[in-house]
Amino acid sequence: MQGKWQEKIWNGMFWLSGIIITLILAVIIIYIIYRGFSSVNFNFIFSAPSRAGKAGGISTTIIGTLYLTAVALLIAVPIGVATAIYLEQYARRSSRLAYLINLTNDTLAGVPSILFGLFGFVFFVIFLNMGWSVLSGGMTLALMILPTITRTAQEAVKSVPDEYLENSLALGAGRWISIKRVILPSALPGIITGIILSMGRAVGETAAVILTAGSSLNMPMSLTDPARSMSVHLYILATEGLSLERAFGTAFLIIIFILIINYLANLSLRSWSRQT
Amino acid sequence: MKIMGQDGKIRVKNLNLYYNKFQALYDINTEFKQNRVTALIGPSGCGKSSFLRTINRLNELIEGTTTEGQIYLDKMPIYDKDLDVVNLRKRVGMVFQKPSVFPFSIYENVAYGPKIHGIKDRSHLDEIVEKSLKAANLWQEIAGRLNSPAVRLSGGQQQRLVIARVLAVEPEVILMDEPASALDPISTARLEELITELKNSYTIVIVTHNMQQAARVSDYTGFFLNGQLVEFNTTDELFVNPRDKRTEDYITGRFG
Repeated sequence: MQGKWQEKIWNGMFWLSGIIITLILAVIIIYIIYRGFSSVNFNFIFSAPSRAGKAGGISTTIIGTLYLTAVALLIAVPIGVATAIYLEQYARRSSRLAYLINLTNDTLAGVPSILFGLFGFVFFVIFLNMGWSVLSGGMTLALMILPTITRTAQEAVKSVPDEYLENSLALGAGRWISIKRVILPSALPGIITGIILSMGRAVGETAAVILTAGSSLNMPMSLTDPARSMSVHLYILATEGLSLERAFGTAFLIIIFILIINYLANLSLRSWSRQT
Repeated sequence: MKIMGQDGKIRVKNLNLYYNKFQALYDINTEFKQNRVTALIGPSGCGKSSFLRTINRLNELIEGTTTEGQIYLDKMPIYDKDLDVVNLRKRVGMVFQKPSVFPFSIYENVAYGPKIHGIKDRSHLDEIVEKSLKAANLWQEIAGRLNSPAVRLSGGQQQRLVIARVLAVEPEVILMDEPASALDPISTARLEELITELKNSYTIVIVTHNMQQAARVSDYTGFFLNGQLVEFNTTDELFVNPRDKRTEDYITGRFG
């Protein structure tokens, strides 16, 4: 009685947990597609919103999202990866600075996005007088995703076998060359995974963006223009009762966005692992 | 032996090594002759690997390492504070215990060293890669597969690839840290054969756990115990006629 049945029950529980996760995702996606599909068409994607979003499309918010995410990544990826390299390859194990950086990073990772938004609003928008703009929003998003990028890059660099560095140094390579030519390429899949995760967060972020990039429906032409992201648009459409159907249409496109990002990430990871 | 009078390729003078407060090597004095294989034997933790790593200064990677004394490569003092470590490591290659190929193609693994040392010309690189793989007795097995991933090779092939990667930098000395410990008997035999061939062109220092291996491949043998070089002699003498009681106990298998 004990062994066999217990085994079966636990087995079933674990199976059920897995199924629940899959079901949740499936239900959300199917419902959003069901509600949003009818409003998504060529016009919806490629024309600008009019009448506060009640009519027209959402082209400016798609561009706004791309713009904000690109700025965030351009700032956060170099800093995050460089920090990870410093922590894993250069800092001494007993380094107090490294300890402080790690502590700060972990703390930042747990800060709610609305606080990043508030900080970005006070610091970038007002104090630095950058106004509601792609730049303010992108920089705030960069701060928000920095801990994730740093942490995942750190793990990726850490997982590269120490022997690679030893072998490379023993061949007469300097430390930086060894990092650039052996360690970073080996850590790349992990680093990319971190970037993808943060892209998802940046695309979906609403609170921090609304406070720092504003909610203008005009096409953002430069870094100093205000912009509305798709998530912000969705939020405004839904909360101000403008059009629930269009909110679902926007949600539909956000989901497509995220799926494409994940797919591309998988693709790049797979082509990388085929080489090794 | 006829080479006895010849100067050592590597001369070690009063070498002491510390890891923080722990002293790992005590006052080592010895010489390694050119175009000869010297084996370093001794029980685990006796300092033989640490000693090997003082010769290309790889020990410095470990925090808290201090070295006293001097090692000369020809006339160049290795522990001179102005020494160019890159140049030293170009001249003194190293093969590690675990074959560690980079996650690149076979070609890129071998070309790695020459490339970082500034060789860009493709045909020159091709030539070096072919020459090194041939010298490491790997060319025939992998010819035509130069662009396939190195990790797909067997353990024995990987170790020979690592040796080819070292040879591509054209070192004068090759340090080997238990290079056969992760290999099967057949791969080990091939590696030993290779070592015997390589000594015509290189000075080789090999750390090994395996006394038969030391006896088979080396011309000289040093016995380490507790951080001291207890005895150093020609391999024939050391194994047949050990002078120190501790050496005798070790090679007859009384401990270790």
